[in-house]
Amino acid sequence: MKTKEKLTHLKQLEAESIHILREVATEFSNPVMMYSVGKDSSVMLHLAMKAFAPAKPPFKFLHVDTLWKFHEMIEFRDNRAKELGFDLVVHSNPEGIAMNISPFEHGSKVHTDIMKTEALKQALTQGGYDAVIGGARRDEEKSRAKERIFSFRDKQHRWDPKNQRPELWNVYNTAIQKGESVRVFPISNWTELDVWQYIYLEGILIPSLYFAKERPVVEYEGTKILVDDERMPKELREKAKMEMVRFRTLGCYPLTGAINSTASTLPEIIKEMLLSTSSEREGRLIDKDQIGSMEKKKIEGYF
Amino acid sequence: MSTKNEKIALDIEAYLKEHENKDMLRFLTCGSVDDGKSTLIGRMLYDSKMIFDDQLSAAESESEKYGTTGEKIDMALLVDGLQSEREQGITIDVAYRFFTTENRKFIIADTPGHEQYTRNMVTGASTADVAIILIDARKGILTQTRRHSFIVNLLGIEHVIVAINKMDLVDFSQDVFNEIKQAYGELADELGIKNTYYIPLSALNGDNVVDRSTHTPWHTGKPLLELLDNMDISKEIKEEDFRFAVQYVNRPNLDFRGFCGTIASGSVKVGDDITVLPSGKTTKIKSIINAGDITEKNREATTKEAYAPMAITITTKDEVDISRGDMLVHTKALPRVSNSLKVMLVWMDESSMQVGKTYDIKRGTSVMPGVFEHINYKIDVNTYERTEVEKLELNDIASCKMVLTRPIAADKYKENRQTGSFIVVDRITNNTVGAGMIVDVAKREEETKVKVHREYTEAEIALNKYIRENFPEWNCKEV
Ligand SMILES: Nc1nc2c(ncn2[C@@H]2O[C@H](COP(=O)(O)OP(=O)(O)O)[C@@H](O)[C@H]2O)c(=O)[nH]1
Ligand SMILES: [Mg+2]
Repeated sequence: MKTKEKLTHLKQLEAESIHILREVATEFSNPVMMYSVGKDSSVMLHLAMKAFAPAKPPFKFLHVDTLWKFHEMIEFRDNRAKELGFDLVVHSNPEGIAMNISPFEHGSKVHTDIMKTEALKQALTQGGYDAVIGGARRDEEKSRAKERIFSFRDKQHRWDPKNQRPELWNVYNTAIQKGESVRVFPISNWTELDVWQYIYLEGILIPSLYFAKERPVVEYEGTKILVDDERMPKELREKAKMEMVRFRTLGCYPLTGAINSTASTLPEIIKEMLLSTSSEREGRLIDKDQIGSMEKKKIEGYF
Repeated sequence: MSTKNEKIALDIEAYLKEHENKDMLRFLTCGSVDDGKSTLIGRMLYDSKMIFDDQLSAAESESEKYGTTGEKIDMALLVDGLQSEREQGITIDVAYRFFTTENRKFIIADTPGHEQYTRNMVTGASTADVAIILIDARKGILTQTRRHSFIVNLLGIEHVIVAINKMDLVDFSQDVFNEIKQAYGELADELGIKNTYYIPLSALNGDNVVDRSTHTPWHTGKPLLELLDNMDISKEIKEEDFRFAVQYVNRPNLDFRGFCGTIASGSVKVGDDITVLPSGKTTKIKSIINAGDITEKNREATTKEAYAPMAITITTKDEVDISRGDMLVHTKALPRVSNSLKVMLVWMDESSMQVGKTYDIKRGTSVMPGVFEHINYKIDVNTYERTEVEKLELNDIASCKMVLTRPIAADKYKENRQTGSFIVVDRITNNTVGAGMIVDVAKREEETKVKVHREYTEAEIALNKYIRENFPEWNCKEV
């Protein structure tokens, strides 16, 4: 029989990702999907809902809540969990809560270490997950380009860039010892443009923070951030101005830069992205520290 | 503003419509250190606007620190990823990069070229449709060119673009180009590489990368990007037999029992007669769900026909026993089923391969213990000479006889890249220690003919499983 048709690139990427998700579901005893509420997570959730239809995804969805996420993200997350009926687990670091960690007071490094890196480790240890599915893409950052789709982590969740398993064809080595785990990246081969195009074509719901709107923002550490609640220091809040802005990535509101934009529909967002001259991570303060900072964070255990 | 950007600015919806129908091409770049691989990739990404200003300014500041190009931005720094690598100025692992044109999305596997990184190149080549082999115009065909071409051919890549780089350093001489072209043609014939394409290039200055170079008026072929964009990479007919490895059994309730997997090749329709291998049981396709068609509103969407590489879920007319690792095929186009296979093996681990030692073999979705009973010969990747050896070391490539504890339905790698390939996993370290390609499948049909009809108790089944998993050397059959 001759194959007449060919799948478009998005349908090929979709099929590859679904293949990976099914492989995780069947080869690991306790997998979990990281759900960070952003656009990549929305795509992953969408893929998971497809992969196991008519059944629901046979794994949990984990959100590490730093307690400083945009308020809308939390609302969006809970609505999606209700509508789609997936199994949501939320974790925040109790020590960080006790210390009342604030990015404004303690700085982005301490906040990220405690509320994100540490919290993630806690959640993974508590959950006893042997496979953690994440939405990282290889086009995001240079050190990611060499990440495997099934990326091995030792008992301390550490990544060893010099000792990665070769990954050939679409045959994934899923063998691990007790206590070890893997990070799995089903959308490794998608680019930012692929993600946006797929969201557009499939009509995937994403938080409205991605769309431009008049919002109160202030200048903070070289970027514009949203006045999302009263925890922002008063002297900052007083400087707030209403501006047409949107966000290219979503995270902790004090650490996520807004960009001035009038793009209020998906095609407009895509247009802006295609014509823009800076990469998606520019608005994310975490990467600015130094070259290869992401690589260091991964070796330490931050995804 | 480029014409592409104008289109985006004027009518984004029309632009998106166009891009909906792009296809995808995966290619591999091979070259030794300093041939200009990173520079070429950096140039392709840069010229196709995949590099943003912030990345460019990061590369600029890094250029001052590590760069080798003096005043110009070092394109190589746009792509060389891991920190240790940046410091050493070499590429040591497989990196994947992406760019897109109006016709295609491209995935580049960027691999190192040194002999000690043969395994990385093999990895990158395993998923590629096309290979770009870089040759330094000043040096011509070297040992490494022979090595890269051998690996590319071994991994079944049918299209080879010979990029003769650094033409600026030989005054864009047509004679130099023709000499290399002729010499490579002989090499390609020796190996049996099907399609070759030649381009005179300067990765550093961009000649014949995106636009036709004014320095090579004698060259009538397309510039590199245009060639990649328009290349026909459709497969041979033989790859069109229906092959489907069962990946996951979906049983949400008593009424639904679906077999999930990705179609490796060919297509399938509702009502088709299929055979389950290795058991040999037959049934018909009752329904097909194409996972891609599922929407939030319609979670039960079905389709009449599906084709590779769709991720689908199949239900069958009869309640036959089907589990992960089984292969579903059309009853009229059966592959051979055997536990004895002739394979080409690439060894990828520091610890050597031992003849007779039990390894886990993962082929498609099935994992089973197996041994390499015999090494027929080891092949030198540079000279293609064959030698007899007792064991294999890191990066060795050899023809071996592999015997599995269970028979599998298998195709030759040349005929089917999905069902003809496997990885080798060490049972103690769990590392991927080898990769293999099936060359031939022994006719051992007695394996599947012998069948005892007997009902086993749960305890007997558990005992059987225990023996199979812990004493593979007993070659115990699954009940
Ligand atoms: N003159 C000239 N130099 C080049 C060309 N392509 C690459 N180079 C230089 O050759 C050196 C090695 O290039 P690089 O891309 O790092 O090679 P790789 O090791 O194959 O990745 C660098 O100094 C480049 O600037 C070319 O077309 N012409
Ligand atoms: Mg390089």
